[in-house]
Amino acid sequence: MDLRFTAEEIAWRDEVRAFIDAELDPALRERMRVGFGPTKQETIDWQRKLNKKGWACPGWPEEFGGATWTPVQRLIFNEAIQSAPAPDLQGFNITMLGPVLAHFGTPEQKAYFLPRAANLDDWWCQGFSEPGAGSDLASLKTAAKREGDFYIVNGQKIWTSTAHMADWIFALVRTDPNARKKQEGISFLLIDMKTPGITVRPIISIDGSHHLNEVFFDDVKVPVHQRVYEENRGWDVAKYLLGNERSGIARLGKSRANLEFAVDTARQVRSGGAPLVEDRGFRHRVAQIEVDIKALELTQMRVIAAASKKSDGKPDPFSSLLKIKGTELLQATSELIMDTGGPMAMPIWASELHALGNEPIAPEWAGYMAAPYLMLRAASIYGGTNEIQRNILNKAVLRL
Amino acid sequence: MDFDLTDDQKLLTDSVARLLGDRYTFEARKGFQKQDAGWSADMWGQFAEMGLLGLPFDEAYGGFGGGAVDIMLVMEQFGKALVLEPYLATVVLAGTALRVAGSEAQKSAILPEIIGGAMKLAFAHGEQGARYDLSDVTTTARKAAGGWVIDGAKSVVLHGDCADKIVVSARTSGDRNDEAGITLFLVDGDAKGVTRRGYQLRDGTRAAEISFASVEIGDDGLLGTLGTGFAVIGRVGEAGISAMSAEVVGSMDKMLDVTLDYLRTRQQFGKAIGENQVLQHKAADMLMATEQGRSMSMLAAMMVDETDDAERTRNFALAKVGVGQAGRFVSQNAVQLHGGIGMTEEYLIGHYFRRVMMFEHSFGDTAYYLNKLADQVH
Repeated sequence: MDLRFTAEEIAWRDEVRAFIDAELDPALRERMRVGFGPTKQETIDWQRKLNKKGWACPGWPEEFGGATWTPVQRLIFNEAIQSAPAPDLQGFNITMLGPVLAHFGTPEQKAYFLPRAANLDDWWCQGFSEPGAGSDLASLKTAAKREGDFYIVNGQKIWTSTAHMADWIFALVRTDPNARKKQEGISFLLIDMKTPGITVRPIISIDGSHHLNEVFFDDVKVPVHQRVYEENRGWDVAKYLLGNERSGIARLGKSRANLEFAVDTARQVRSGGAPLVEDRGFRHRVAQIEVDIKALELTQMRVIAAASKKSDGKPDPFSSLLKIKGTELLQATSELIMDTGGPMAMPIWASELHALGNEPIAPEWAGYMAAPYLMLRAASIYGGTNEIQRNILNKAVLRL
Repeated sequence: MDFDLTDDQKLLTDSVARLLGDRYTFEARKGFQKQDAGWSADMWGQFAEMGLLGLPFDEAYGGFGGGAVDIMLVMEQFGKALVLEPYLATVVLAGTALRVAGSEAQKSAILPEIIGGAMKLAFAHGEQGARYDLSDVTTTARKAAGGWVIDGAKSVVLHGDCADKIVVSARTSGDRNDEAGITLFLVDGDAKGVTRRGYQLRDGTRAAEISFASVEIGDDGLLGTLGTGFAVIGRVGEAGISAMSAEVVGSMDKMLDVTLDYLRTRQQFGKAIGENQVLQHKAADMLMATEQGRSMSMLAAMMVDETDDAERTRNFALAKVGVGQAGRFVSQNAVQLHGGIGMTEEYLIGHYFRRVMMFEHSFGDTAYYLNKLADQVH
């Protein structure tokens, strides 16, 4: 037993870091360090740099451009990206759709969509949740009625991240309203967002950003050849998608970057006549987070080591542990950032702390403090709420 | 990175688990506890026979030549069975002091005796006023003709009542809290001037208050070099944290198992209480804490022989807090989910609860190590 990285693994980490240092725009990196997300174009540019390097879709089968990395190499890669921080691999294209098409797609679907997804020629979004189907996803109602070579889609999706910038959406739709079990009447469709009848309406979230949307389908015509896998077997596809990519789900690199940012800011903030970083209470919060990061780091490696040994392709229920503990750390670190800001966490935008003529009238960090805190409240809700993850642990491990 | 056990390690785990499964039931343990020593000489003989008492010692002395991971595997099993015997005191604590600081003559004389099961040792360092402060030593040793004279008192010495030899820390120079000037000595348990008052700890294991009144020992009783005992004491504490962390992991595994069984069988409102989601989620939290604690226990085991001092001490602080918090969470909720029966002396959960409690107050508690980590934030 040896928990340390091998010399080869450390060399790999250095190689990834060196690539990031050489290729990532420093201005973007700095904006991400203080809590902003990349723009669509920045994500595309970065994804194309990775694609050129052969690192765009490491989790895909090799024949479609995937890498032959070990699970540990994957982890090191993800964490180097997160802690840089650099834009994550575009999740809908790379983590979700790619493996699904590689596994279930027709030869034509693979040949057309996979290279475009890897290069972000198409920006995909995910149409799963509906107003009446959140945690209980299988109760979704959006209907797809077969008419000749087309499905006619009617209904509504919600919480659709980046739908307003997407070229395509992969959606779960109900093709058999009379199926015995609700899971059995669902199909998985690929839909061009430019198809007539699609309307996207923004949902502004509590951090003030526009990330989420509602997507309405009104007699939208979708060719049958854009269905993935068999009709009424879409639930199998969805389960495969949700269980597929778990490496990096804990997002520890991001939590580490958050913690570093909080400590760095606390060196500049004064409290009680000294830098906040010397405050006992602040230091204790950092220490506790460091303990929790270390524990999860090791647990994550154990889960990955176990995953690389089994071959049944089933998701490891312990990835629910990684999701719960990882998002708790994202929330704890973003909370620390906000509290580090003190009163300066109250203004909405950094730009409002600039005088006329754009002269800054407050320290550089001010105005960045609360956005990650607000945004990351979603972390314990998306991807299966942390309560649902506990249900999964119970069902698969505890069996109560 | 590699989490695999060797075939030897798997064999070791299986044979310890089998022995304890057969011989160390909760009922049998009650019997062991009632024996005069408070533990079973017979089981101690079994441990010797299996080679467990020689696990970390060099083959040259008849040992097994094992490492911290081997100790971890044994201690996990001990934690499942709540083993009462003086393994931690003899093999891990005093054993580490001997391994790290003992002379060739001392090791040749003592280690084979430990390995064969004939000799038990204790590590007497803590004093009543010292709390977790490793450098707070008021017991003194002064040079006399042909040896040393020791005066002072040691507190909560694990298995100090039964030890044939006691490793004692004493101040040979410096002020009360100086790190320099602490020296380790080997004292016979029945030496003239040694008074031992043995007692049971909350978890049923034994300990002693030991006083030293002009105890004379020869020059060959000096363990290590003069005035440099502090570093050795640190290594002993770390070995103790690693071993006890594994024990806590074993106890957490057992508490979770027993609690899940209870949730499946206990009926209220016409159904098993485990059908209540609020209890399922609490059990899921216990599972997660157990796994996170296991990770930290592995970290501790990997750090026992780390040579980079800063890296080692920092990781031990992280591990001690992690295992301590996990153990507290799991044991508290194991009692809670059992309800009234969890509060009884008769039922096993409370015994595990109290063993975990011992860990928290050994070698520095959660607050102590969080303070250390906090001091490094700047």
